[in-house]
Amino acid sequence: MSKEELKAYLEVNFPTCKFEDTIDFPVVIVEQGQLLSLLKSLREAPSTDFDLLFCQTAVDYKTRFEVIYHLSSTTFRHDLVVKVLLDDREHPELESIFSIWKAAELFENEIFDLFGIRFLNHPNLRRIILGDEWQGYPLRKDYTDANILIP
Amino acid sequence: MEIPKQLIPLEDTPGEFVINVGPQHPSTHGVLHLRIKLDGEKILEIEPHLGYIHRGIEKISESLGYRQSIYLTSRMDYLSAHMNNQACSLLVEKGLQIEVPDRAKAIRILMVELQRLASHQLWWGSAGLDMGAVSPFFFAFREREQILEIFEETCGTRLTMNYITPGGVMNDLHPDFVKKVKALIKQFKVNIHEYDKLLTGNIIFQKRTQNVGFLPRDLAISLGASGPVARASGISCDIRKLHPYDGYEKLDFSEIVMDKGDSFTRYLVRIEEMKQSMHIIDQLIDNIPEGDYRARVKGIIRLPEGEYYQRVETARGELGVFVVSDGNKTPYRIKYRTPNFSNLGALQYIAKDSKIGDLVAIMATLDLIIPDIDR
Amino acid sequence: MILMIGFKDITLWIHQMLSGYLNPGWVVASEALLVGLAMILLVVIMAVAMIYMERKVAGFMQLRLGPMRVGLWGSMQAFADVLKLLLKECLTPNGADKLLFSLAPFVVLTVSFLALAPFSFAPGLQLWDLNIGVLYISAVSSIGVIGILMAGWSSNNKYSLLGGMRSGAQIVSYELSAGLSIIAIVIMCGSLSIHDIILSQSDGWWIFKGHLPAMFAFVVFVIASTAELNRAPFDLAEAEQELTAGFHTEYSGMQFAMFFLAEYTNMFIVSMVGTTVFLGGWMPFHIVGFEAFNHLMDYVPSFIWFFGKTFFILFLIMWFRWTFPRMRIDQLLKLEWKYLLPLSIINIVIAAFITIMGWHF
Repeated sequence: MSKEELKAYLEVNFPTCKFEDTIDFPVVIVEQGQLLSLLKSLREAPSTDFDLLFCQTAVDYKTRFEVIYHLSSTTFRHDLVVKVLLDDREHPELESIFSIWKAAELFENEIFDLFGIRFLNHPNLRRIILGDEWQGYPLRKDYTDANILIP
Repeated sequence: MEIPKQLIPLEDTPGEFVINVGPQHPSTHGVLHLRIKLDGEKILEIEPHLGYIHRGIEKISESLGYRQSIYLTSRMDYLSAHMNNQACSLLVEKGLQIEVPDRAKAIRILMVELQRLASHQLWWGSAGLDMGAVSPFFFAFREREQILEIFEETCGTRLTMNYITPGGVMNDLHPDFVKKVKALIKQFKVNIHEYDKLLTGNIIFQKRTQNVGFLPRDLAISLGASGPVARASGISCDIRKLHPYDGYEKLDFSEIVMDKGDSFTRYLVRIEEMKQSMHIIDQLIDNIPEGDYRARVKGIIRLPEGEYYQRVETARGELGVFVVSDGNKTPYRIKYRTPNFSNLGALQYIAKDSKIGDLVAIMATLDLIIPDIDR
Repeated sequence: MILMIGFKDITLWIHQMLSGYLNPGWVVASEALLVGLAMILLVVIMAVAMIYMERKVAGFMQLRLGPMRVGLWGSMQAFADVLKLLLKECLTPNGADKLLFSLAPFVVLTVSFLALAPFSFAPGLQLWDLNIGVLYISAVSSIGVIGILMAGWSSNNKYSLLGGMRSGAQIVSYELSAGLSIIAIVIMCGSLSIHDIILSQSDGWWIFKGHLPAMFAFVVFVIASTAELNRAPFDLAEAEQELTAGFHTEYSGMQFAMFFLAEYTNMFIVSMVGTTVFLGGWMPFHIVGFEAFNHLMDYVPSFIWFFGKTFFILFLIMWFRWTFPRMRIDQLLKLEWKYLLPLSIINIVIAAFITIMGWHF
């Protein structure tokens, strides 16, 4: 599906979501509760067939977190970005998508390690890069460390 | 917040034997740490522990300008330094809508394909070394050394080149470049048959890699594997074909896709890719266009507000650069989707229930570069 | 035979000279001491030569020159290495079984030296003409695995333990094929004595006289003995890329050097067994009917024949090491138990049949 077709398809099937556009991909912004059902249907619907999660990351916007899923399909070759907003900075929690894409295991471990976003139902959530005793989450904008050389 | 602990315990239990492979181990080619639960020689469970060479490149980049960030990317996958630089440069060019001169594009492709050759040569040598054959390493370094010398002449360094910059390349080619590359390609076309004689045709090597580390197509897609690892499982995923950049669309080369998915297929894919790289270089080396080698770009780069994503095909797979810009001279958030990070995910699935020797063979054909995993 | 003074004359002269000064008991004691010193000297010289050869062979197979800096063409490199190892500290890891840990290298080295006793290097140059020489060698050399298991177990290191266990499985398995391949020749020759085996080859080496079974036995012998030596492609016990260094991971300094020396001594022993049993020992190369050629061959001293053939087999073993990848443990055991052992047994039957029918030359 082309960018426009994809957008039209999503507007019909997921009317509660918001849509955006970047220079590269169409973007869907989804509510936290709807995330898993949206992704599952994107993965399983034969007309979309998003079988490849090629990037998953988070961005700290100081007041909220955004978790960003880059999806692609090896059959149709169309790409899509799904975003979910997290307002709770103290205990950010999100459903893990490991059950849909196995790639999410390492991506989510990394996001947990560097942003402190907990993923529910993750098979092995742990601090994969930093040590278990590390204080704070470095990629948050309010992270401070006595050893930072470039402020 | 309570922090979850590792799955594999430190202590041995009766019948189960826990060993640490790495962070200092000859076959991990760096500081990868795997905790392995063994039953005799059989592997029951693998748990990767990362971070021994985590330099926080993504965090540092948030306080550096775009140009400076590019220099850091050479330190990620140090065997694909040109490709990493190229990905960032392409992203900046896309954001600023800079038209790159044709000469710069040709130089970029030449450099990148030479880098791919050098990277695969090093991989071939170390793959042999991992299986206990020492000699291939020296044969691989014979040609790789020549490539590094070519790089040194033009770029000034041998490993972390920082040669490809936004708008083009740093310097023009060295006058000897064309002559030396031609000599190298002519020689390597003959010498690549020695590679086949030393390893590909060796019965022990084939027995060690065939039907070992089997990665099915569905699993490879689900894990987000890319590069030769995915192509050996029958997934067409070459970014140079799917989303061409820098003029790859004008070149004649074929994407190597094989569908068996075992270690030996991954090996064959890389050997064939070397031949394709030489084919690409052949087409370009006599047709480097005249003109500028760099378009004019302002010293301090400010990307317009928004999100950008750029992918390139490195020697190990798909490198994605994701940038969130707030219009300042530093990126608000930069994320490198590195090929090795995703390919590492395959290890715990395909090495399960195999022997320790197989684990080494599998890691060799996954071709993991640890600084690229940790960033 | 060609030399004016044979080795027998030299030994006799020494014996008579000592008897002139000392009483018989002291003569035996001092002769034993001399023989021991001579053996140690031989092993050390051979080890140095082999290390130099190994490094040069490896170098030339890998597009490089090998050691070049110390001495002419790097000839003093091995001595420099020995000096370095002598000066290094022998470390014992925490939690290691101290007694077994220090004992293991001595066990391995002693066993290697024991196996040297019955060899005949040249006519008259033999320490002990044992009537079961071949059996003695294969019996003694299999004790070495105990030393390796001791080293692997006592190091308090999981990699060492894995290496020791692998080595145990491997050596015990390949003992069988190595032994059976020698027995094929013993059947044809009818004697276990090293001296008799060499004399029986004066009209042609067993590898040529013994038809196909002897050639097959030689191939099996080279494969099985390479495996017994823990050398590539069978170096699973050390397997640098898998187990870092296997059973000698924790050893340093002279303790490590002893393992190293034992490995090279074993290589030397295996090559000498191969030379003695299959390639005619110190017998020169003769072709029946070409008298002039045969006389020319006789002019080459017998010990040169012996060591020449030994180094030929040594070269074969080094050639394997620098060209082949390593096997996996299950493939290694499969090769022995499913292929080499049954084929060796069939080979012995054929060899016995040929001997009974008198078909060998």
